[in-house]
Amino acid sequence: MIETFLWLLGYQFAGELLARSLGWPIPGAVLGMLFLFLTLCLRKGIPDTLRHNVPRLMTHMSLLFIPAGAGILAFWPLLAERPLAMAAVLLLSTLATLLISALTLTLLLHRQKSRKIRS
Amino acid sequence: MTPTLYEWLRQSPLTGIFLTLLAYRVALSVSRRYHGHPLANTVLVGAGLLIVSLLALGLSFDEYFRGASFIQFLLGPVTVALAIPLYNNLARLKRSAFAILSSIVVGSVTGVASAVLIAVAFDMPPQIVLSLAPRSATTPIAIGVAEAIGGIPTLAAAFVIVTGIIGAVLAKPLLTLLRMNDDVVLGVATGIAAHGIGTARVFQISETAGAFAGLAMGLTGFVTAVVAPLLVHFLLS
Repeated sequence: MIETFLWLLGYQFAGELLARSLGWPIPGAVLGMLFLFLTLCLRKGIPDTLRHNVPRLMTHMSLLFIPAGAGILAFWPLLAERPLAMAAVLLLSTLATLLISALTLTLLLHRQKSRKIRS
Repeated sequence: MTPTLYEWLRQSPLTGIFLTLLAYRVALSVSRRYHGHPLANTVLVGAGLLIVSLLALGLSFDEYFRGASFIQFLLGPVTVALAIPLYNNLARLKRSAFAILSSIVVGSVTGVASAVLIAVAFDMPPQIVLSLAPRSATTPIAIGVAEAIGGIPTLAAAFVIVTGIIGAVLAKPLLTLLRMNDDVVLGVATGIAAHGIGTARVFQISETAGAFAGLAMGLTGFVTAVVAPLLVHFLLS
């Protein structure tokens, strides 16, 4: 477990340092994820400690969003000012994003498949 | 409760950590009891239970967050850990890289444009419109973008969370309704529309969907940071 956290925090640390030194508005953890992914591609395998511990860690990812979810309490007065319009905007735009992303990907994957069959 | 004991309860980080774990544990039971029904989403139920208990105990969000910040801190290392399931899906990723990247760009643009256009149609004040624009990106990116384009960062963070919960609840039922049963499609669409909260949700459905959601979430963040300022300028001028 110690080694797992050394890996994960180390890559987050590197991502954080890079983002800050370049002044990018991108979270260090996202850069850390890309660095770790590239490392795994280069070394062509996952270290045992990560292979063993990470899946268990991921099953409880939802827990980590509960504090932010409760944060809505702090913004409630602002959100409740125009409750119906607010709910409509968030609901409709999230639905549109889901729908268009899924349709685009399905179409492109389908085209790719039929092209492969033809060739 | 004696005043000093209550004072300790409000000051101690133990309260926030314990309440969060307890709320999550109850939410897990609820989710299992209803066989993972979308409305029994663990973030939705957990945060709901927590809000009720904070109000009942008379604790402010700041007092609660003294302990809960330790739990939220783990989001960083867990985000890095998304690289592992992604690597496990390397073959599928290579095969469909173009389709996935294209839909992430299309999805990010839709995320920003739909929020701005619908908010303008509802006659929302400009500051709210600007805070809504980056709501599909993960919280830290959305805060940065909102700040850069003249929105209210804390309000943008609240929109991000609500968006994530809506996406986590709706993604699976919507795609099932449309007969899109591919784990890659579910993952990518959820990651684009509902960032980390959606990713956490689809991880409960399949590791592949979770891996692709994590990738899509990260890249949507990048694309949104680049595209949102330009798009908002173009749409509002």
